Amino acid sequence: MGILEVKGVNKRFGGLQALGDVNLSVAENTVHAIIGPNGAGKSTLLNCLVGKLIPDTGSVMFQGQSVLGRKPFEINQMGISRVFQTPEIFGDLSVLENVMIACFAKRDGAFKLRAFSEALRDKEVMDRAEQMLSDVNMIDKRGMHAASMSRGDKRRLEMAMCLSQDPKLLLLDEPTAGMARADTNNTIDLLKEIKQKRDITMCIIEHDMHVVFSLADRITVLAQGTPLVEDLPENIKGNPKVREAYLGESAGH
Amino acid sequence: MFGLDRKDTSLLIVVAALTLLAPFLLNPFPEGSSLAQFNAGYPDLMQRFVIFGIFAIGFNILFGLTGYLSFGHAAFLGVGSYSAVWMFKLLSMNVIPAIILAVIVSGLFAVVIGYVSLRRSGIYFSILTLAFAQMSFALAYSVLTPITNGETGLQITLNDPRILGISQTAQGGIPVTNIFGLEMRSTYQMDLGPWLFQFNAGYYLCAAIMLVAFYVAIRIFRSPFGLTLRAVKSNQQRLNYTGMNAKPYTLAAFVISGMYAGLAGGLMASMDPLAGAERMQWTASGEVVLMTILGGAGTLIGPILGAGFIKYFENIFSKINDNVLHGWFSFLPDGLEDFIVGILHPFIGKGWHLTLGILFMLVVIFLPGGLVEGGQRIARWLKRGKASKSSQNTNPAE
Amino acid sequence: MDAIILQILNGLDKGSAYALIALGLTLIFGTLGVVNFAHGALFMIGAFCAVSMNRLLTISHEVLDPTKKDFLGNPLKVKTPYVSEWFGPETGAALIDWAVPLSILLTIPVMIGIGFVMERGLIKHFYKRPHADQILVTFGLAIVLQEIIKYFYGANPIPTPAPDVFRGSFDFGVLLGFDANTIIYPYWRLVYFGFAAMIIGAVFAFLQFTTFGMVVRAGMADRETVGLLGINIDRRFTIMFGIAAAVAGLAGAMYAPINSPNYHMGMDFLVLSFVVVVVGGMGSLPGAVAAGFMLGVLESFASMNEIKSLIPGIDQIIIYLVAIIILLTRPRGLMGRKGVMEE
Repeated sequence: MGILEVKGVNKRFGGLQALGDVNLSVAENTVHAIIGPNGAGKSTLLNCLVGKLIPDTGSVMFQGQSVLGRKPFEINQMGISRVFQTPEIFGDLSVLENVMIACFAKRDGAFKLRAFSEALRDKEVMDRAEQMLSDVNMIDKRGMHAASMSRGDKRRLEMAMCLSQDPKLLLLDEPTAGMARADTNNTIDLLKEIKQKRDITMCIIEHDMHVVFSLADRITVLAQGTPLVEDLPENIKGNPKVREAYLGESAGH
Repeated sequence: MFGLDRKDTSLLIVVAALTLLAPFLLNPFPEGSSLAQFNAGYPDLMQRFVIFGIFAIGFNILFGLTGYLSFGHAAFLGVGSYSAVWMFKLLSMNVIPAIILAVIVSGLFAVVIGYVSLRRSGIYFSILTLAFAQMSFALAYSVLTPITNGETGLQITLNDPRILGISQTAQGGIPVTNIFGLEMRSTYQMDLGPWLFQFNAGYYLCAAIMLVAFYVAIRIFRSPFGLTLRAVKSNQQRLNYTGMNAKPYTLAAFVISGMYAGLAGGLMASMDPLAGAERMQWTASGEVVLMTILGGAGTLIGPILGAGFIKYFENIFSKINDNVLHGWFSFLPDGLEDFIVGILHPFIGKGWHLTLGILFMLVVIFLPGGLVEGGQRIARWLKRGKASKSSQNTNPAE
Repeated sequence: MDAIILQILNGLDKGSAYALIALGLTLIFGTLGVVNFAHGALFMIGAFCAVSMNRLLTISHEVLDPTKKDFLGNPLKVKTPYVSEWFGPETGAALIDWAVPLSILLTIPVMIGIGFVMERGLIKHFYKRPHADQILVTFGLAIVLQEIIKYFYGANPIPTPAPDVFRGSFDFGVLLGFDANTIIYPYWRLVYFGFAAMIIGAVFAFLQFTTFGMVVRAGMADRETVGLLGINIDRRFTIMFGIAAAVAGLAGAMYAPINSPNYHMGMDFLVLSFVVVVVGGMGSLPGAVAAGFMLGVLESFASMNEIKSLIPGIDQIIIYLVAIIILLTRPRGLMGRKGVMEE
C-alpha cells in the first residue's frame, strides 16, 4: 500500500480523453517519476492530485484518505506540497516573507486570525524560515524583493517554501524546465540532498531524462492518458514499448 | 513601545504629535492677515481631517493589503451614521454607545456584503460592492424612509424618547452630543497676540480615536494576518497551494475595513447628529478611493496624508475666488494679471473638483505610490549625494 | 395586458441608452482590454453636443425692428439668429427646431476626435497596467471631463427639446385594438429606439462584413496572434476607440430631449451601464445589447404600481439585484466567455 494510491481515474475534456483508467501507486519515501510525450496527460494527472481538477471517475487516496473534492489548501494541509512548472512565489514580498507564509500555514493551519501579534517577532517561525533559507543557500538574499530574482533563485525559493512545510509528498511539475544545464544540475543535487536528509516522498513530472534517471526510484510512463509501463529506471531504458511511445524521441539515452 | 518596532513607534509618535498640536499647526497665520484664509485650524475642518483619516486607514486595510478595490465603502459609513443617530434618539446623547453601535452594525453589514461580494474577484468584486452600495443608497431614499427619514435625513428632534436622558433641555432646545457631560461642541479659545487657536472637545475625541485606529492598523500591517493579506494580493494561487484559505482572511480584512468606515460614520454623526443617504452614494465611495490612492495605497501613513490633503484643499481651494486671486497677482501689470486670473479661474472655487480630478490622474499616471512615493523619491534625490546605492532596499510601497 | 405593453415600450428607450453605452464599453474592453470608467462622461459630452448645436444655431444679433415699437415709440430691438438671416426666417426656424437631430453632424466628428485623443494620449499607456489602475485613471478622467462641462455649461439641467413634429405622443393602444389613451408613447422615444437599433445594427454589420471588422473581431479573440500576422492592430484599436466614443456620444445627443442634459448624467448612466455589461457578459457584444434592453424593460416593469405595492422599493434596486444574482450564479454573464477578467 503506497502513500499515494490512484485507482481507475478518468478525465475527459469534451471529446478528449485526457486520462483513461490511470492506476498509480507511489511507495513511501521514494522518488516516483512520471514521464511521457507531450499531451500524455501528465499535468492533468498532477492537477487531479492537488485538487485543481476533479476526475470524472476513480479515486485518489493519500495515506488512506481521499483527496477528491477537497480544495487545494485542504490537500496541502494533508501534507502534499506542489512545485509549479513556472515558479509560483509571492513576487511582492521579500524572500524571507515568502518562506514565513509557508511556515505560518504549516503551524497555524488554513485560517487563524493573528492580527495583533508581530510576524517578525514570532521566533518559532522566524527560526524555521531562516533555517530553511540557509538549507537552500539563500540566506544572504533574505531581504530581496522576490520578483526581482532570477528564475533559478525563484525555483529554489519555491522549493524552500514547500520544504519548510515538511510535506509527506512533494509534487514537482517539471522542476528544471527552461533551466540552464548548471542550474539543472544544482536542482538535481538539491533534490538528492532532500531525499537523503528527509523522510519524503516525491512525485516528479519531467521531460529531461537526465534528471529523471539521476533521481527516480521508479518510473511510470504515460502515453495518451494511460500508463504504459511502470518499472525500475534501468528496465525502462530498454523497454521497446517506451521507445515506441516516444518514437525514438529521447528514450534510450 | 506598544509592541511596535522603533520605526513604527516613531511614526506613531509623529502622527500623534501632529494631530494633538493640529490646532496650532493648522493655524500658522494671524487672524485678519491676508493669509488667514489658509488656516485650517477650526473645529469643523479638523474633525473632518481625522474622521476621513479613519475612513481611509480602514479602506487601506482592504485595498492596500489585499488589492480588492471596493467601490461601495461609503455604504458602511452611512450605516454607521444612521446607527449612531438612532442611538442618540433612543438611548442617550453620550457618544460612546452611539459609536459602539455604529461599529457593530456596520461590521455586521460588512459581513453580509463581504461574504457575497468576495465570491468574485477583480472588477466583478468592484461591481458587486458598487451594486450593494447603490442598493443601500436607493433603499435609504425610498422604502427605508421610516428608518432613514428619506431625503430629509435622520435628525434629532424635540420629542425623541431618550431612555437615558432628556428629550429636551430646560430651555426647550435639543440636547447636544457629549461624552459623559463634556459637550462635543465645547471649544476653548486661546488668544495669543494676533493668533487665535481653538481646542475643540469633539476634535480631540476624534483624534484620540484616530490614533487608536492608526495604532491598530500598524499592528495589523505587521502581523501574520497582514502578511497573509499581502500574499493574497501578490499571488492567490500560491497561497492556496501553500495551505491557506484566502477567503476568510479577505473577509476579515473586508469586515475590519467596514468597521473602520462605520466608526468614521459614527463619529461624523457624533460631531453633528444627522445622517443622510447622500453619504452612501458611490461618489462618496470614490472619494475614499481617491484619498487612499493619492496618499499611497498599501503604506501606513499614506491614507491619512491623502485624507488630510483632499479635505484641506477641498476647503481652501473652494474658498479662493477671483478677488483673492486678483489680490495675489496685483503686483503684475493689469493685462497679465487678468490673464493669469483668467487661466486659474476654472480650477478654484467651485472648480476644485477639476483640480482634484487632474491631480488624481497625474498621481495614478506618474506616481502610483501616491504622495508617500513622491516623498520617498524626493528624499532619495536629496540623499543621493552622500548615500550609497543601498537605498534600493526600501520597503516596497505596495 | 395594455399595461404590460406600455411598460415594455417605456423600458425600450432607457434600455436603448443602456445598450448603446454598454456596447461601447464592451467594444473598448474587448478590443483594448481596458475598463473605461470615463465612458459615461462620453455619453454626457454627446448630450452636450446637442446642447451646443442648439446654441450654435441660435447665435443671434440684435437688430432694430422698425415695425415694432416699444411704449416710448422707439423701434424695438429684436434678437435674430444668424441662421434666420442667412436662410430666411422659415428655414432658420426649422433648423433651430431640428437642432437635436442635426447635432449628429457635430457629435460624430467631435466624439471621434475625443476618442482618438483619449486613446493616444492616455489609455494607450495603460494597456499593460492592472485593471485597477485603468479604472482609477479613467475615473479621474471622468471627473475632469464632467467638471469641464460644468464649468462651461453650469450645473443645472438644460432642457433641449426635440423637433416639434415629434413632440406629441403616439397612441399605440388604438393600433392594437385597446381603448384610446391606454398606451400612449412619445414620438421622440420611438425615434430614439429606432435610432439606437440602427446604430447597433450598423456596428454589428461593420464588424461582421468589413475586413476591418474581421481583424478587430479576431483581435478581440486573440490579440497576440493577430499582432503576429503583421497586422497593425494598434491603429485599428485606436479607430475602434473612436467609434465606441462616437456611439456613446450619439446615444447621449439623441437622449437630450428625453432627459435634460446635466453634467453628472454620465456618472449616473455609467454605473448602470457597467452593471449591464457585467450582466451581459464581459466582452460579449450581443450580451451587452441584450442585457441593456432586458434591464431597461425590467426596470420599467418594476416601477409598475402593482409590483411596487407587492415589493416596495423594488424599482430602485431591481437592476442591482439582477446583477448580484447573475454575478453569483453565472459569473460569465448571459453570453460572456468564461474567465474573462477573473484575476
